[in-house]
Amino acid sequence: MSNANSYERYHRQTILPGFGEEGQQKLLKAKVLVVGAGGLGCPALQYLTAAGVGTIGIIDDDVVALNNLHRQVLYSVNDIGFSKAERASHILGQLNPEIKILSYNERLLTQNALLLFDDFDIILDGTDNFSTRYMVNDACVLLRKPLVYGAISQFEGQLSVFRNENDDDVNYRDIFPDPPKEGEVLGCDEAGVLGTMPGIIGTMMANEAIKLITGIGEPLVNQLLTYNALSNQVYQLSLSARNETHSLIPKNETEFLRTDYLWLCSSPMSEEEIDAETFNDLIEKGNVDVIDVRELQELPEANDFANIKIPLAQLANNAGEIRRDAVITFCQTGNRSLQAAKILKGIFGKDKKIYSLRGGILEWSRRKQYERKKA
Amino acid sequence: MEGDLANCNSGKFVLLYMSMHIILFGRLVDIAGSSVLVGDVADTDSLINALHNTYPALAQAKYVIAVDKQVITSNTLLNEKSVVALLPPFSGG
Repeated sequence: MSNANSYERYHRQTILPGFGEEGQQKLLKAKVLVVGAGGLGCPALQYLTAAGVGTIGIIDDDVVALNNLHRQVLYSVNDIGFSKAERASHILGQLNPEIKILSYNERLLTQNALLLFDDFDIILDGTDNFSTRYMVNDACVLLRKPLVYGAISQFEGQLSVFRNENDDDVNYRDIFPDPPKEGEVLGCDEAGVLGTMPGIIGTMMANEAIKLITGIGEPLVNQLLTYNALSNQVYQLSLSARNETHSLIPKNETEFLRTDYLWLCSSPMSEEEIDAETFNDLIEKGNVDVIDVRELQELPEANDFANIKIPLAQLANNAGEIRRDAVITFCQTGNRSLQAAKILKGIFGKDKKIYSLRGGILEWSRRKQYERKKA
Repeated sequence: MEGDLANCNSGKFVLLYMSMHIILFGRLVDIAGSSVLVGDVADTDSLINALHNTYPALAQAKYVIAVDKQVITSNTLLNEKSVVALLPPFSGG
């Protein structure tokens, strides 16, 4: 497309005071990744595309459904059953063929998040679940990428910008340190949402991204804005970083890859599982055997409490080493220890109380560090 | 009325001068049955205690507390002009 066309396309924004040709050039050079092409993602994508953000990434593994259409107005009935990322990319390409649109019809996971985020300047979080939200937040903190956050429920929305430039910049965990468990906070599929709600908040997210890129105005850094569509009330809060927040966030790629975000946000899968708090209480009460079922050389070493080392593979043969009536198994992340607890339950039946430490030694250590810093 | 909370969602205008306001968001409104409460307590810890006693379901909910539009992380003194906001996390997108 010619320069003349480009001049005309962006004319109404380039004549804005403080925006100009310079602002347009910044947009054309910018790379923005939108995580989730749903309620928030659709309007954000439409405005970012229209504004001429040079490279836009769309990641979503979902397909368009009829019950999406009351709010995801980018799609039509013909798109039902097709990949959101691919349909969005196609439709947006028609809106603005001058920009590059990259679609990823895949789920965002710890395995692909860091590599993908690294290619973009700004990340927009338009996801619909806590596990991905916490993962996106942690990845952005790790990579020091600016994150535009938006979330909605029923008739209300929240919006913020986490700049992630310096250690004392506020991130999502400064507001809500821990993910709520499954079912604790209802999603739009259960609680419902007014169709215009993601339209409003998603558009505001695009607006914040445009401000960050062009340098106009004051992005919502260290602020949380809430909007109520029924009362038209806007409530804006100042946020401050907490010292202890960083101990909850993986420190490097290895730790990030080891973090099971899906697990962090799920309810206990079985009655054997206990959290770090219950674990500490049981140890304090005493009369409990704590079993490390990891392989012998695995790190970090567990030196903070007495424990017996019996790798999972040898557990059934060495169960005789367990004397006390209460037993807690633990491993790195809580998977193997749950298997171990089931094995022990098979051996001891109702003779012993058997527990498995949820989240393993990694989550326990993180929590301990967090509590120490908080105190 | 130490530790007292009153629901002020009467549907009519209520003039409440010199009275601490507590604003609730999201699902917390359903729990308390009102988006605005008035109270008279010394600090945020006492407020939270009083709220959890009055609305036990609130004790199970996750939320962040802001006093006069500043999110707080430790017990904070309140006065009759304080506006306290309780915000839950939203997951929807």
